[in-house]
Amino acid sequence: MEIFWYVIIAVVLVVFFVLDGYDFGTGIIHLFFAKTEKDKEVITKSAGLFWDSNEVWLVAAGGMLFMAFPTFYASVFSGFYLPLIIVLWLIIFRAIGLEFRGQFKYQMWKDIWDASFGVSSLLLALFFGIALGNIVRGVNLGGVDNGVSAHEGHYFFLPLWDSSFSPLAAHPGVIDWFTIIIGLISVVTLAIHGANWVILKTNSSINKKLKGVIFKLNIVLSALTIFSLFVWQLVNPNSLDNFMHKPYLIIFPLIYLTGLIGLFFIKKIKKDIHAFVLSTLLIVGGITSSLASMFPVLLPSIHGTHEHLTIYNTAASEYGLSVALNWGIIGFILLFVYMIIQKRLMGGKVDKMDYGH
Amino acid sequence: MEDMIFYDRLQFAFTITFHYIFPQLTMGLSLIIVYYKWRYLKNNIEKYNDAAKFFMKIFAINFTMGVVTGIPMEFQFGTNWAKFSELTGGIIGQTLAMEGMFSFFLESSFLALFIFGEKLMGQKLHFLTGFLVFLGSWASGWFILATNAWMQHPVGYEILDNGKFVLENFSALFTNPWLLPAFLHNQMASVVTSSFVVASIGAFYILRNKKTEYGRLFLKTGVVFGLISSVLVAFPTGDWNAKNVAKHQPGTFAAMEGIFITEKAGAEIVLIGQPNMVSKKLDNKIAVPNILSFLTYQKWHEQIPGMDQFEEDELPDNIPALYYSYHIMVGLGTIFIGVMALALFFLWRKKLYNMKPLLWTIMFLVPFPYIANITGWYTAELGRQPYLVYGLLRTSDGISPTVSSGNTLFTLLGFVALYMLLGLLFLVLVGKTINEGPEPQTH
Ligand code: HDD
Ligand code: HEM
Ligand code: HEM
Repeated sequence: MEIFWYVIIAVVLVVFFVLDGYDFGTGIIHLFFAKTEKDKEVITKSAGLFWDSNEVWLVAAGGMLFMAFPTFYASVFSGFYLPLIIVLWLIIFRAIGLEFRGQFKYQMWKDIWDASFGVSSLLLALFFGIALGNIVRGVNLGGVDNGVSAHEGHYFFLPLWDSSFSPLAAHPGVIDWFTIIIGLISVVTLAIHGANWVILKTNSSINKKLKGVIFKLNIVLSALTIFSLFVWQLVNPNSLDNFMHKPYLIIFPLIYLTGLIGLFFIKKIKKDIHAFVLSTLLIVGGITSSLASMFPVLLPSIHGTHEHLTIYNTAASEYGLSVALNWGIIGFILLFVYMIIQKRLMGGKVDKMDYGH
Repeated sequence: MEDMIFYDRLQFAFTITFHYIFPQLTMGLSLIIVYYKWRYLKNNIEKYNDAAKFFMKIFAINFTMGVVTGIPMEFQFGTNWAKFSELTGGIIGQTLAMEGMFSFFLESSFLALFIFGEKLMGQKLHFLTGFLVFLGSWASGWFILATNAWMQHPVGYEILDNGKFVLENFSALFTNPWLLPAFLHNQMASVVTSSFVVASIGAFYILRNKKTEYGRLFLKTGVVFGLISSVLVAFPTGDWNAKNVAKHQPGTFAAMEGIFITEKAGAEIVLIGQPNMVSKKLDNKIAVPNILSFLTYQKWHEQIPGMDQFEEDELPDNIPALYYSYHIMVGLGTIFIGVMALALFFLWRKKLYNMKPLLWTIMFLVPFPYIANITGWYTAELGRQPYLVYGLLRTSDGISPTVSSGNTLFTLLGFVALYMLLGLLFLVLVGKTINEGPEPQTH
């Protein structure tokens, strides 16, 4: 039952990053490449119509995590207190940037909200990568210093950074050189994804140029990926064990690789949707490979004093998890119905859509 | 430790108070929009559709605010109340996760369709999407109140040796005797807010002598919905809630009614008075004998325990704030009924549209339903103290063990600054929308 909910939550999270990921990516593209007012408008519209329903996946993932793994939810959210609250603030700036830019016609007003949307999307992409980096690196559970715990073994607290910026420090911070690398991977991946979304959803004048951008970003991404594989080993030496014991897990890195290689052919790809699928594979593969390398651990402990947080020692009761499955199934069926209705009515390029306000 | 709890509580109180400014309008206004849309479907008079579209614009701005302030709420359970989340997540996680699954997905999927899709779908489908948005927002209220009801009156749980609450009976969460009265009262209260908003915009257009045709429509809708909901808020739902508190949280009841000393027979109802925590009595009291006993138990001489019957550490820690919150809510509720009844009377006599003083009153009354809603929640939440889960888990045992008060103060200040900005933007944008007013359909 724990495994079941673990998979469901992972799926919901991946869907969140695929869907809202293109909004973040769109923000990054908008920040660096959109020059004319026409393009800016179309690009914000391509995100503005959807961010709200995409963000609900985050809310759903949060709620399910709370329900199924309360101890993990409590530990991680209080331990990563500052970065989490900063992410919440950025999410607010992202949303109001998208919603409010069109409310007045003044150029200054639009510029403010464009910046709000672009910069917060960029930082959010960075922070999400950093978060993943923290999760694979592990934390000092129990706040252990010289073998003495400062508090209960399933709690911790991380400052934003430690002066050494090293992932191998006794008290690593949220931001260190390893997590920054993962953060950059996330930024580049989401930028590619966002560019594909803009191409798919709009007829903007920069669509041609964006294909070149994707190609270049993909080179950067490949370099970062290879580099990160080495440092990953350094930070978490056990990260290949799962793949050795259960070779079928290789499928997840392969998904990532398919996306990565496929995107080198971006200029030849005829159908925009195919390119978008490839960057989706990047996100799906990237997240699932990281999770697969850790399973069943949710958050590693960097020392032997306290055990890792796993899906087993942080889960709610068996009864709770199984009733939740009943309503969960009904909920997902309903959700797919909504999605089909929505896609049937709102497909196609956004340029022609009648934007209410 | 003390200041840690203090900042955590302050941050939660501040962020939830700000959040709740928006959903109360969302829930009530979606009902009124559905009503306009339905009228339009029935009689095909354009002005109803214009009205629905106009309020949809306000709704959209309001909804964005509700969403962006709601997400921090969900995550704050983990950030600031980690111990509470760890111990009770197996139970209230259920209702919170269900809220995401059954209401937020519904609401957000169909909201986009409702706003952008009128031309694509035709009128019948458009009405349906509006109705689903309404359903989603009320479902959201239902699940969040189920969560709160469990904290006020825990049911269906079992406590393990390590202090964890585990779910024992899922359906008990929804048959909780606290839930239905609280839900109905809260939803009626949100209809009060939206009716006052609609009526107030109507009064504004009439007084400004612009868009008066819409002004009259809004005023009429606002007054009719306003009177009905104001009455329902007080009776039966408010009364029902009060009985629940008296039954399940007697100490809270004594504190919110301001009963310091148990009277031998028949408790009086206090109209005015200031709690004096030193002399343990109400200063400058005006009270009517025996009424409270009658209202609560339908018996004039039923004894109601006063605060002297409870240990100090079982009573709410801020009794004056609780007492005032409760009396402000009830006082405002009474005023709302009076004003709306008067307005309906003159509407019926066809004099309302020319009665300047009454129109001005209605226009300026708009902050007060918000105040009544917020003080209502303060009554519930301050009254639950010193517990997070009534009688079982103390507030001081629920905070995050590793987050220091300096960090909480930092984020609290951040939220205050950010929300001030949001509040300002909200007012500007809604002001602009109201100023532009509804636009007649052009074919
Ligand atoms: C327009 C807003 C409004 C108005 C006019 C009233 N209420 Fe209220 N009240 C609320 C808005 C509200 C609320 C915000 O909706 C609360 C908070 C929790 C809840 O479920 O509803 C609430 C809670 C609440 C509680 C529960 C407190 C607790 O849980 O400890 C009681 C006993 C009352 N109300 C009683 C009344 C009575 C007797 C009223 C008579 C006029 C009244 N309310 C008017
Ligand atoms: C229905 C869902 C709600 C839940 C689950 C909830 C839960 C909580 C929690 C966990 C706390 C922190 C601990 C405490 O100090 O008691 C709290 C405090 C508080 N909440 Fe709520 N709350 C809800 C709704 C509201 C609303 C809508 C408001 C106001 C508009 C509100 C006002 C407050 C206040 C003022 C406090 C601080 C109490 C104090 O300082 O003593 N709550 N609530
Ligand atoms: C009286 C209490 C509350 C009611 C009736 C209520 C109702 C609502 C409604 C109707 C919405 C939809 C957006 C909007 O209309 O503004 C909303 C948004 C939200 N609320 Fe609240 N809420 C309450 C308190 C809380 C609390 C305590 C939490 C924390 C768990 C919370 C979490 C959220 C979240 C996460 C959203 C955003 C959902 C989205 O993305 O669509 N709310 N709330």
